[in-house]
Amino acid sequence: MADYDFPEDLLYTKDDEWIRREGDEVVIGVSDFAQNQLGDIVFVELPEVGDSTEAGASFGTIESVKAVSDLYAPLSGEVTAINEDLEDSPEKVNESCYEAGWLIRLRPSDAAQLDGLLAVGAYRTSVEERDAES
Amino acid sequence: MSETHRTPLYPAHVRHEAKLVPFAGYDMPLQYSSIRLEHEAVRERAGLFDVSHMAQIHLSGSGAIESAEVLLTCEVASLRVDRARYGLLLNDAGGCVDDVMLTREGPETLFLCVNAANHEKALAWIQDRVGTETHVEDRSRETALLALQGPSAAPVLSRLGPETADLPKRFRVRRLELAGSSVLVSATGYTGSPGFELYVAADRAEALFEAILEAGADDGVVPAGLGARDTLRLEAALPLYGHELDDTTTPFEAGLSRFVKALPGGFIGAEALAAKSAEDPSARRLVGFEMTGRGIARADYEIVHDGDVVGRVTSGAPSPSLGKSIGLGYVPRALGDVGQEFAIRIRGKDVAARIVETPFIR
Repeated sequence: MADYDFPEDLLYTKDDEWIRREGDEVVIGVSDFAQNQLGDIVFVELPEVGDSTEAGASFGTIESVKAVSDLYAPLSGEVTAINEDLEDSPEKVNESCYEAGWLIRLRPSDAAQLDGLLAVGAYRTSVEERDAES
Repeated sequence: MSETHRTPLYPAHVRHEAKLVPFAGYDMPLQYSSIRLEHEAVRERAGLFDVSHMAQIHLSGSGAIESAEVLLTCEVASLRVDRARYGLLLNDAGGCVDDVMLTREGPETLFLCVNAANHEKALAWIQDRVGTETHVEDRSRETALLALQGPSAAPVLSRLGPETADLPKRFRVRRLELAGSSVLVSATGYTGSPGFELYVAADRAEALFEAILEAGADDGVVPAGLGARDTLRLEAALPLYGHELDDTTTPFEAGLSRFVKALPGGFIGAEALAAKSAEDPSARRLVGFEMTGRGIARADYEIVHDGDVVGRVTSGAPSPSLGKSIGLGYVPRALGDVGQEFAIRIRGKDVAARIVETPFIR
């Protein structure tokens, strides 16, 4: 398996997103595995500040040269910020998926949903299973 | 097709850490490093592709030339030995059974290189329509096909044996020894950049692949996958069967009339083509467009004009060479002129686009 970087202090989803808790808000992005699988990212479509997200529902899209993929909200809540730099520089998701390539900031409406997210170990196992198949 | 095949170069793809995807029943490399980097390598230096999934159907015998003349839209008898020509197989309605590269190897021997996805269909189509004086042989399994494409292709090949002057010129072929293997070198390709397609025995393919990469390493020659092949051919506005072409599409609609003999002609589909005037204003035509609004057109997206759906995108992608999004699609002829504006419906939103000249790059 390729050597992916999955920071210990983040939570993850099986849709290959990461979640960083910051006070009563969370920051969301895609994991190193996701950006690697997608390849050269050329377009990111994000919601607007003030929009609501619903856990498990699409909140935007991310496009590589080859394909379009949905972005699925890990949590329900209200969007409090989006990464506007991605409009002109979507490649930041490839270059720095955990920092400059973050996607949205969210105020969760149901803190209990955080308990359903994966810790790094469980996420790594999920990636290893899928990577072995590909 | 449920079984997945591997080309003779499969071990090389694994060694070069390709991302493999199923394509036309084969495990094929989508990319090795990045589609964008591989695309740029072909435009500026050279990229090496495995296209061994494509099929080679050989015709020989005293009826071979005449059989091919009836099967193909392009002229066959006038094609000199050691030359290649693009043509189409049509059905009786004038729709495309396949688009092929025809190579004449001798006075009574020629072969068609057909799309992997159409291999069985084209083989059956040909076998059912040749006379007893034509022998049909499918040599796909024992033949590998590599494509070395880009401005550095000639200097790199010349390092493997032949003098640069011995390499064939555009649309010619020559059998040469490259790195110890006998190779039919064809100065053809599917990228819009100069280069060669290399037909070689399957058991020599891996050695040739590695020899080319080694000889080209200092020039920045890299292995390239189907992802880059698709963006390259799109910039060159070369049709891809299953996207721009299918059994219901005529070569006129697809803008390929220059590959069709004078009508009525004696080839299958000619009568239907003659009946459909090329200038029929109700006919659709294939156009190239660029996105003027923010978004990427993809195959099957709707083309919208004045609120009505008037056509469909057949291929679309961000163009690495141009730095903007481009696409091909069918629209009514009346909306088919360069400069015409319309919209592409992207996930429910209409995003502006404009017809431009093709090929997108020159």
